[in-house]
Amino acid sequence: MRESKLWFLHVITAVVILFLLGSHMGIMHMGRILQVFGIGSTEPTNVEEVFARSKQVLFMAVYIVLLGTALFHGLYGLRSIIYELSFPKALEKTVGRVLCVAGIALFIYGSYVAVQLTKGA
Amino acid sequence: MSDSSKTVVFEVLRYDPERGEAPHLQEFTVPVTKGMTVLDGLHWIKENKDRTLSWRSSCRMGICGSCGMFINGLPRLACTNQISHLHSDRVVIKPLPNYDIIRDLVPDLEKLFDKHRSVKPYLIRKDQVEQNRPTSEYFQSEEELVNYIQFAYCIKCGLCLAACPTVATSKDYVGPQALTQGWRYLADSRDEGCGEHGEALYSSHGVYRCHFAGACSQVCPKGVDPGLAIQLAKQDAFLKTLGARKPKKASGVTPPVQNWQPRANIPKAPEPTVGK
Repeated sequence: MRESKLWFLHVITAVVILFLLGSHMGIMHMGRILQVFGIGSTEPTNVEEVFARSKQVLFMAVYIVLLGTALFHGLYGLRSIIYELSFPKALEKTVGRVLCVAGIALFIYGSYVAVQLTKGA
Repeated sequence: MSDSSKTVVFEVLRYDPERGEAPHLQEFTVPVTKGMTVLDGLHWIKENKDRTLSWRSSCRMGICGSCGMFINGLPRLACTNQISHLHSDRVVIKPLPNYDIIRDLVPDLEKLFDKHRSVKPYLIRKDQVEQNRPTSEYFQSEEELVNYIQFAYCIKCGLCLAACPTVATSKDYVGPQALTQGWRYLADSRDEGCGEHGEALYSSHGVYRCHFAGACSQVCPKGVDPGLAIQLAKQDAFLKTLGARKPKKASGVTPPVQNWQPRANIPKAPEPTVGK
């Protein structure tokens, strides 16, 4: 059933976001600890370092996956809140479609930026 | 042993749509005896103070589910709650929240039964012939019975809907009572109506709108635990989507008993008096 699949993805994206945000916290805020293990940076927020990371294909992929999962998870959550406001069925469908289109548009735009950063444009 | 000197003030919500008055609280001083329930108190008011006071009740023993009311801030059955157990000199009684009021303490339960019907709360089988003209009974082991028996204790009192915060904000939400009954049939090993029950259960206003506040389970007078049923329904759908759950295979009919002999000490059943 459609709603079951959407909710399934909502749960899966939550787990993926947890992992990716954990990685983000590690890279951005626990550089000194990570250096003990021979990885990470003490100045991860320097512009040079940010652009250097953006040029790596791995980071580009991570950005795109994080963007996709966060968009789906957030917009599905927003849709759930809107559905609880008991709008007419037609308006509910419209809201669902608008959120879907907005999510796809933001994903394409965000992915484009991530790819362009990797290319060094 | 009775203590007739003790009195309790009943604050009862009064509303008569024919009079056009706004709902308001009316006070009654009620003498309390040991073991007296809130329902007994209402009956005392009706017999001694105001015959126009209206509410629903029937069995007086927590079975029919008619006397659901909002008593001292919680949805409860008036017949199973003793006044002394409320530990208060004031008993504030209002009709169940999240329902329209018909009159005084009488809620309009039509919404509850509409939602209950939406999950198709009955056994659905593919073998229509066997179901309509049974030759035997469907097999069910004790373990399979335990999977759903708790959820079959629902008496449709509607307290869970009155307590549910999602029902309070979303009129389309199927609600804990109906969702539990939908799961009760999905979990039944004899049932083959996964799609039929699931249509409402897994709709956009079904189990996924539950916030798991647990208020439904807290107020249920029969220990049905609708919160658990909703979580089990979600878990089942998750595993099914993941492909980690085997498709349900409904149980068949038990083979007819052969060569049976009635026990000597069991008297013969009387002839039927109707349907000859």
